[in-house]
Parts: sequence; structure tokens; C-alpha cells
Amino acid sequence: MLKINWRTAIAGSRASTLALSVAIGLYGAHAARSEEVTLTVALAANPQMQTAAKLVDSFYAKYPDIKVKFQTLPENQLRPTVLKDVATNSGQFDVVMIGAYEVPLWAEKGWITNLTQQYVTKDKQWHADDLIKPIRNLVSYKGDMYATPFYGSSSFMFYRKDLFKKAGLAMPEQPTWNQIAEFAAKLDNKSTNTSGICLRGIPGWGQSLAPLTTVINTFGGRWFDEKWQPQLSSPKTKEAINFYVNLLKTHGQPDAAKDGWQECLQLFTQGKTAMWYDDTVFAGPVLDQASPEVKNNVGFALAPIKEKAGSGWLWAWGLSIPKTSKHQDAAWKLISWLTSEEYIKLAGEKAGWGTVPPGSRESTYKLPEYQKATSDYADLTLKSISAADPLKPTIDPVPYTGVQYVTIPEFEQIGDFTSQQLAGAISGQMSADEAIAASEKKIKEIMTDAGYLK
Amino acid sequence: MPLSLPLRSEKRTSRVRNAFVKGWWDRLPLLPALVVVLCVTQLPFVITLYYSLQRWNLVSTSAPRFVWFRNFLNAFSDTVFLKAVLNTAIMTGSIVIASVIVGGLLAAGLNREFPGRTIARTLAITPFFIMPVAAALFWKTGIYDPTFGILGWMTDEVGMGRVNWISQYPKLTIILLATWQWSAFALLIQLSGMQSFPTEVAEAASVDGAGRFYTFRRLMLPHLRPFIELTALLTAMYVLENFAAIAILTNGGPAYSTTNLSYYVYLEAFSAFDLGRASAFGMIALAFAIALTVPMLRVVSGIFKQGGRA
Repeated sequence: MLKINWRTAIAGSRASTLALSVAIGLYGAHAARSEEVTLTVALAANPQMQTAAKLVDSFYAKYPDIKVKFQTLPENQLRPTVLKDVATNSGQFDVVMIGAYEVPLWAEKGWITNLTQQYVTKDKQWHADDLIKPIRNLVSYKGDMYATPFYGSSSFMFYRKDLFKKAGLAMPEQPTWNQIAEFAAKLDNKSTNTSGICLRGIPGWGQSLAPLTTVINTFGGRWFDEKWQPQLSSPKTKEAINFYVNLLKTHGQPDAAKDGWQECLQLFTQGKTAMWYDDTVFAGPVLDQASPEVKNNVGFALAPIKEKAGSGWLWAWGLSIPKTSKHQDAAWKLISWLTSEEYIKLAGEKAGWGTVPPGSRESTYKLPEYQKATSDYADLTLKSISAADPLKPTIDPVPYTGVQYVTIPEFEQIGDFTSQQLAGAISGQMSADEAIAASEKKIKEIMTDAGYLK
Repeated sequence: MPLSLPLRSEKRTSRVRNAFVKGWWDRLPLLPALVVVLCVTQLPFVITLYYSLQRWNLVSTSAPRFVWFRNFLNAFSDTVFLKAVLNTAIMTGSIVIASVIVGGLLAAGLNREFPGRTIARTLAITPFFIMPVAAALFWKTGIYDPTFGILGWMTDEVGMGRVNWISQYPKLTIILLATWQWSAFALLIQLSGMQSFPTEVAEAASVDGAGRFYTFRRLMLPHLRPFIELTALLTAMYVLENFAAIAILTNGGPAYSTTNLSYYVYLEAFSAFDLGRASAFGMIALAFAIALTVPMLRVVSGIFKQGGRA
């Protein structure tokens, strides 16, 4: 409403002067008459969001005066595009899809709207209590929500039941990393080109560092101590990194330093690896894409542990409203609809129950249709998500939040450098200890430069 | 007479002025194009220059501030940056040399009459028309991958086992992929060079008793020189900013061994979001590119003059 008045006012003041203004005036008058608002939404190009773009007609049926313009971008382009927009106050977007890592950082900078204060407490229709607790914490800053979780995920283990049976092994629901290493050694089969396990090795803070950090956490290690001193070379963290690198080098997929989740997904679905530790959200795609002999033999287990229980990671894609948006109320209508129980049901009915956005609401897991479609992994997904604690990710106390990442702006730089060295260790260019030493030196520089260390 | 003199000189100055005005009047239609070119090339350049003097990290909590040339000085104490410079030199140099040689050999093969020549020529230049990202994805899984790739299968068949190409020879994999794409381009230019070689000269040489190798070495090669130089220049200019292959195949790794300057600028700008440093690196990369291409352009510019140099 605010925006419309503003537009009409501008139109009114200029209408008599120039022909151009007449055109604007006509546009303004038109907008005022039909009270139409157009929202520009920046989305990641993943299947769940594409479904959302297809189902938007149901949203129009409910709110005929709101139009939505989706801008779908690949994940790696979405981040810089949206960041540039909010950081420079250009106000191009009314709704942005951002990752859990960004939400608290952007909230701290005041770039996105405090949803709890503005809407969540008032909008009783949108059951905030139904959101899965850790996911809700993940998209909050100082207890207030700054994004609505579109979907959430954790990490767990995919494995091949048939290969386990053949080797006389049994995967417990809660394996330990020591067991996984033993299994990998026994299942590694050079004659059939099947590796024991597939893990991410390609550089990128969102790639190889995600699984590695969960290993570090459960081994009792941490990225930083309470005084922000880097801890990569502390005994337990070092042990974890060496374990990860050695497991990959001895029984992991070949040429691992080039593989991200895309390649592991391919290797697993084509039957070229016996185990794969990755995001719970890939359970659906694995069952969809697997070759026939793999499809009926996919098993799932919780993220492996060592010292700390509940070692799976925690990630969510959230929908936020930039402070610069001039259609805040309409934007809330859209993001609350996209993350409502109603939408989840609609997506299940229209696009298939296997593809509804998972991990955001408790109620999703109580829907009989959803339970039926995802019986293999729904329980474990919910268990993994509920067990993760982004506010207390490690055994020893840390000054940061976030499970598989450290929620500070410098982490992208730190993570990229460290993951490059890690790939160097995985490819055999250097030892794991050399990679750790090089990374720690760089982290110290970055943290000193950023003022954390004196 | 005295009266007419000033008149005439006035006439002359007015003619000069007229010529001046006419000259500009004739060029006027070009002005919009000039303005557009200035806006899309020089304006961003000036802005980048301005950014490069700032300490400005989009995600950091501190506000941007002016730091003069600190970003530039830091670049030369940044080991990754130095590594990226070296990688750029190695990869660009190898790709250019390999493309010219492979393209030249293909061109020599295609320069003679044989059945199916048109098809062979079309096939030979196809790699150039494949999108770099699509090509890189295909090479990653279809060729280099030890499990799914042709190379993995081939080395296994000959008893070498499955080689981890990308992990063990990261630079080589990038060079091979880029050479595959750019030798098609090199082929195009060099083939046109070979086809412009006058047949009478070749005939005369053979009448004089020159062998085929002698003809190639003493007549064809000098004739081809400007074409080879042009190929090298153009390939170098494009390969210098090789990005798709690196982003898809290795993400610049392992341990930055395939990070070239443009990929490092990308990492600084869109992963670390350090716009100040990224702009400074971009300026340095530009300086390198100019230092490389200006002398080469001077060499090559002979081609564009009428008659060439040969």
C-alpha cells in the first residue's frame, strides 16, 4: 500500500510537465486501480525451488493483487548476485533465498528484516512452533527469525545393502568412523572398480570442508578456541583431518580431489562406491537416479561418530526479505505461503511426495503420504536434523555457531584456502600435516588482519 | 590587391574551419557508438581502479576505506597470487604452443585433396563451437574420470592401472582440454594461410628439384609466419582468461595448482567478496595481459598492412 501511494504521488506531481511523465502517470494510475504489487524473487536453481515456481498459480489464486517474478540462478551465482544487491542497497529483490550461513551474518549487518518482530508473532496461521527446532535456530539471530526455512537438511550415510551382505557386514543405525574405515577397507574392490567410500575432495568451503568439519567435530576437534586461536594443529583436529585424508586415499574413490557431491552422487547411483557420506537431501535423487541393481539396495545410516554424538551437519535454505524491499508485507505473504504446511501438501499432491521440501516442519513427517513415499529415509533425516546443534557444534567450547562451517564473514576465505590445501593432501601433492600447517598459518593471517587476534 | 588579400586569407581560414567542422560533422554519427564504448569499457576500468585502492570487503563488518596501494603491495607477498601468476604463464604458454602445433598439423592434413575432406574439416573445427562449460563437464566425467572415463579405461587396458589424471596431473588436464578446443581455432587460421599459398610457387620449386620438406621449410613456413603469429596472439588473448575448464575440472585445486589469475580474481571477488583485493589483482592481470599483447600486436600488425610483410 505504501508503495502504491508513493507511486501515485510521483505520478501526480509530474503528470502535467512531460510526455514521459504522462506515461509514468498512467502506469501509476493503473497500479493504483488494480492495487497490484510485483515481487522480484531471487532463487537457487534446485528442483524444489523450480517446483515452487511452477505452483505459484495457487498463490495467485489466494492473493490476486500480488504478482511474482522469479529470477532463478545457479547456487554459485545466487550468492554474489544477492550479496551485491543487499550490500549496496540497490533494492532489486523483494525476497531472496539465502543459505543458513548468511542469515545470522546478514541479520547482524541489518540487511534483512527481523521476521519474528514484524510478522511471525502476529501471523498465527503460519505455525512457527511446528518448525523443526535446530532448523529454526539456524535461520535465527539472537533468538529472532530472519528467514523462513524453505528446506532443511543434515548429513547421513548412504550404503549398499547388497554389498554389505555379500561381504558379511552389517551397518548399524549409528556407525562409528572406526567401523566405517573397516567397512571401507573390506568393501574396496579393485576388480569391479568399486571404492569403499565416496567423500567430497574438491576445494570449496561448501564442498569438502562440510563433511570434514563434521568429522573434526565428532573427533573432539574444533576450528578455533574461545580466544579465536586457530586449532587445526591441535591433536584431535589433526587426527580428524589425517583420518579423512587417509580414508579417502586408501579406500575412497579414485581421483578424489576433483569430486564434489555431484560426482559422488553419480558414483553411488552407478554402483561404483559402497558407501557415501553426504547430505540427507540427496536421498530422493539417489533413489530416483540409481541404476536398477542399486535402487533396491540403498540403505541409510546416521552420520558416523567418534566422541561426540549427533555428528550430522545442518543446513537450510531460507527465504528472507531485504530491508530495501518496498513490498515487505506482500513479500511476507509469499514467503510464509512457500513455507506453510499448506504449500508442502500442495507440492506433494501436484509434484510428487518425494520432492516436497524436506526438513523444515515437524508436520511434514506426520503426513501419511509423505511417510509412505519416503519411508526409507524420512525417520533418519528427522533424527539427524534434530540431533544437530548449530549453537553448540563441538565438544570443547567455541566462540562460533554453525555445524559444518564457522559463522564469521571470514570463513569463506579461510575455508577456500584450507580446502585447497586439503585437496593437495588428498591428491598426494603434500602430506596432511603440511596442509594443516600451511592452512593454519594463513588462518592466523586472516584472523589477525580481520582484528580477531592481536 | 591589398583589399583582396585579407579577403582571400579570410576565405582560406574559413575553408580550413569548414574542413575542420566538416571533418567532425562527418564523424558525428560515430559519436553515440564512441560514447557507448567509453561507457562499457573505460568507465568500469576507472571504477575498478578506484576500488583497487580501497580496503573493501562486502561481508566484513568494517566500512570501506582508502588504503592507497596496499592491495597491490600485498599481492606480491601473497604466495597464492605468485603461484597464480606462474600457473597462468605455464598454462597459457603450453596451450598456445600446443594449439599452434596441433592446429598446424591438422591444417597440413586438411590442405590436400582427399575424399570426405569437407566432413573431416567440419569435424576438426567442431570443438571450437562447443560451449566451454559443456566441454569441460564432458571431459571431466567422460574422459579423465578413472571410473567412467575413456582414459581410465584405456590406461587400465594397457596395464597402467587407472590413473588419477586430475589429481596427479592437474595442469596437464587443463592444458589438454584447452588445446583440444583451441587447436580447432588454430587450424582455421592456418588452413586459410596454407590455402593462400600460391600453387605456381610450389610447382616452380618442384621443377627446380626442391623436395617436399625443403619446400615446406623454405617457402611454406615463411609464408605462414604471419598466420602463426596471429594464431598465437589470438589464442593467448583468449586462453589467458581461461575459466570454465578450471572451474569445472578442479575448482583451481588441488592446492591452487591450477588457479590462474582470472580464477584467483574470481575467488577473491565472489568467494572472499574482497572487492578491493580482487580489483587490484584484476588491474595487475590487465597489466600482464597488456605487456604480453602489445608487443605481439606490433609484430602481428604487419599482417593488416596491405601486402603483408612476406
